[in-house]
Amino acid sequence: MTATFPNVAYIVASFLFIMSLRGLSQPESSRRGNLLGSVGMLLAIVVTALALYIPGSGAPAIPSPGAAGLLAGAIAVGCGIGAILAARVAMTQMPELVAILHSFVGAAAVLVGIVTKLAGGTGVEVAGTAHELEIAIGVFVGAVTFSGSVVAFLKLRGTIGGKPLLLPGRHVLNLVLALAGVALVAIQVITPEPATALACLLGITAIALTLGVLLVAAIGGGDMPVVVSMLNSYSGWAAAAAGFMLSNDLLIITGALVGSSGAILSYIMCVAMNRSIVGVIFGGFGAEVHALGTQAAAGAGGTAHETSVTEVAELLTASKNVVIVPGYGMAVAQAQHAVREISDALTARGVTVRYAIHPVAGRLPGHMNVLLAEAGVSYEIVKEMDEVNDAFPETDVVMVIGANDIVNPAALDDPGSPIYGMPVLQVWKAGRVVMLKRSLATGYAGIDNPLCYRDNTFMLFGDAKQSVTKLLAAVST
Amino acid sequence: MTETLETKPVPATETARPQGRLVLGVPKEIHTGERRVAVVPRMAAKLAKLGFDVVVESGAGNASAFTDQAYEEAGARIAADAAKVWGEADLVLKVREPELNPALNRHEADLLKEGARLISFVWPAQNKELLSRLALRKATVLAMDAVPRISRAQKLDALSAMANIAGYRAVIESAAIYGRFLGGQITAAGSVRPATVLVLGAGVAGLAAVGCAKSLGAIVKAFDTREAVREQVESLGGQFVKFEFDEKGEGEGGYAKQMSDAYLAAEQEFIAGHAKDADIVITTALIPGKPAPKLLTSGAVVSMRTGSVVVDLAAEQGGNCALTERDRIVERYGVTIIGVTDLTSKLSRQASELYSANIVNFLEDVMKEGAFALDLGDEVQRAMLVLKDGELMWPPPRPEVRAAAPLPPKPASALHAVEKPERSPWVGRIALAGTAALLIAFGLYAPASLVPHLTVFLLACVVGWHVVWNVTPSLHTPLMSVTNAISGIIVIGGMLLIAGPHVGLGSVLAAIAVLVSSINIAGGFLVTHRMLKMFRR
Repeated sequence: MTATFPNVAYIVASFLFIMSLRGLSQPESSRRGNLLGSVGMLLAIVVTALALYIPGSGAPAIPSPGAAGLLAGAIAVGCGIGAILAARVAMTQMPELVAILHSFVGAAAVLVGIVTKLAGGTGVEVAGTAHELEIAIGVFVGAVTFSGSVVAFLKLRGTIGGKPLLLPGRHVLNLVLALAGVALVAIQVITPEPATALACLLGITAIALTLGVLLVAAIGGGDMPVVVSMLNSYSGWAAAAAGFMLSNDLLIITGALVGSSGAILSYIMCVAMNRSIVGVIFGGFGAEVHALGTQAAAGAGGTAHETSVTEVAELLTASKNVVIVPGYGMAVAQAQHAVREISDALTARGVTVRYAIHPVAGRLPGHMNVLLAEAGVSYEIVKEMDEVNDAFPETDVVMVIGANDIVNPAALDDPGSPIYGMPVLQVWKAGRVVMLKRSLATGYAGIDNPLCYRDNTFMLFGDAKQSVTKLLAAVST
Repeated sequence: MTETLETKPVPATETARPQGRLVLGVPKEIHTGERRVAVVPRMAAKLAKLGFDVVVESGAGNASAFTDQAYEEAGARIAADAAKVWGEADLVLKVREPELNPALNRHEADLLKEGARLISFVWPAQNKELLSRLALRKATVLAMDAVPRISRAQKLDALSAMANIAGYRAVIESAAIYGRFLGGQITAAGSVRPATVLVLGAGVAGLAAVGCAKSLGAIVKAFDTREAVREQVESLGGQFVKFEFDEKGEGEGGYAKQMSDAYLAAEQEFIAGHAKDADIVITTALIPGKPAPKLLTSGAVVSMRTGSVVVDLAAEQGGNCALTERDRIVERYGVTIIGVTDLTSKLSRQASELYSANIVNFLEDVMKEGAFALDLGDEVQRAMLVLKDGELMWPPPRPEVRAAAPLPPKPASALHAVEKPERSPWVGRIALAGTAALLIAFGLYAPASLVPHLTVFLLACVVGWHVVWNVTPSLHTPLMSVTNAISGIIVIGGMLLIAGPHVGLGSVLAAIAVLVSSINIAGGFLVTHRMLKMFRR
């Protein structure tokens, strides 16, 4: 085996990763895609481990037995923890899991940067200024990803509130922090003193960590799908930066793939929510919406028609065409299995049941699809917003379960509404709308929903899980 | 139909009209076997009320049992021969497209007055030569076969009206030849099992056939590639036979579209299976502008019971059955195959009434204060317009995708101004200049060793960008967890760094990096696997 060997293996691994993402384009090929990704990863790790024992192939020196043991132990423990997490996590907790996994990549990027710095000139090719700059960038991006993801994780978990934290003058504060970071980077790059440089690097880490917390804390809970995708993108860029640090093309390629993937997802989410991407990145946009929304809510009103489980059951069984619109409320109440049973019962009675999914329903791109898939709903009857919006006029009943902003007609007809212009599911065009909701309270965007007061809308108040279970009993008899 | 027509406001009284009355000519149809007429007496009366001077060729309605006298009573004039009608008319109404008149030895298109208008079936795609003849006459031609299939245009939709008749008549024809009752009966002489009718293609004709066969008591099954028509079939009492294959049959504008070869083969086999048990098969599958799909193979006909009947309504377009002979009734392997193309003409009274009602509905929309005023902005009129004063207007621009709800214009409120500032062209220019400056600086100061890495980085970004756009939205969560897992590749960085010269702080930190990224790798891939396992059809 020569020193070229690992690099050839890395090319293969990069190719497998690309094929892996390609496989995800369709549900049919997605499992194969995941498998290809795992194979690529295994290949990369095994080859790197072997390469450690070949002088000149990237590793500084043949590892001591202690280091080798440390390595094996770290991998074993890490994989063990990962496997347990993956097996235990409930599908409704996917957003949290994804967020915390992002933070790990960020942490790894920071550590790799600092260790590279500690290692100094030994082994890794030093390219002077450029190399120092690479380290600084890698550490900076990694630290932002880490702390940002931790905050996102805590918000999604509900440990800290979903409301945006708005410090007075936060834009100035952010700017000052960013400038301080740039200054430290400059000193770190220029200084000949290793100790000073290391201190600067730690300073950069601290600043980036703070910045990450501030940025994500300022973003409202409703914008979480965008934030999670953004952090996904950041974690990719962090890996790419680590690749530059270590002159490793596999890391660069993979990082770039992940980075652009996350960027695309964020863009898609932003379009779906009619948010400016800049507004989301720099935070605080969700807050303005909130403040405005409260005013709007105070002005709105009217009477909502309340209905009962029996009435809804009669309505559903008498229909020919039913569309179910799930939202985050269904995920929270873990009602997806009962919902599927209802749709099965209706289908058995000859009712055509479909599901309509808004791009930003839930707290993660595609969140609702995963939950419905978990409950065993065929993906063929799960429709996207564009597919289903034209079908609403021919629909007898739309059942909205725990969704609010994504079915808000104000987005289309009220220019004063903060979500004006956001594409929504036009459920009100159907014959009847049944909304399962806890109360008339506002959704995540904090704005009132005129849909509740429409004449063809009927409200079924109560916890989604309980309502759905009762409904199931009524429909099945 | 009658009611809607009579409640329509009559736009102009005779005195209010600014110019002389438009002469509306109704010549006798000359196509062999054609029995229909474009205007029936009842509609002639309506047209006279609309302000037209209606001229009908003598004997035009005879084949449909409308006498000249009836037309005269309705206020129309009778012209002795075709030349007179064509020569006088400002607007000619016909059923069939113009063709050579053997009696006059002149083409009907040449008989048209210069600059006059023609409304009939035209089939512009198949009749290029006819169009150039009409263009020479500077004619304005509207095709009744080009009415778009939208709700608003249904009252003009002559194709649907004719298809409805053809579907009904197809059942009558087949019932006449099929030697048994269609409905089941229990008689003193023993019980009679009901016939099974299989209808291929549940468009207007197919649905009419379903309804008619059902009302005669048959067991009716209908097949269509479009799942959307299931409900319509069921509403008429038919059973929808579902054929599963991974392609959708919904084409543009509500018509079926052509499918792949593999699909067709599977479809033929499926249909053969159902045809075997059917006593009567009625085929109605057409694809606009294409030969009719061969749904019923000769093998399928062989497997059918002796005495069964096939009616092929697509015979004019080549037929849905492989053994169909156009305009003939043949017997093959004990099965009678009806390929006649004039089923609507056989119900000529009904067909003429509906067709002339379609035409009157159209004219009511077009006539503005006694004048013939085409509105090119109108989707329906634009679609029907083939020639305008001799100028070719066909095919019309592609139908727009109808927006679900037009958004009201955005007011320039402060909030939105902040949210979406008008992008000045300078943003792009500054970005371009910035990139250029960056690249120049990079070229001047960066070490050469960085260039290959940067190349790889940028190319990987492009690849990632393209690959990820293809990901279906329902898989966005798995995509995220996979990218999460593969960004754990940073583990390699940790591995390379762990092997320093001695086990120290560096190695420990590197080991932590390896540990956390391993969590990512294992967790990411496994949870993705778990999720993907749940995605099922």
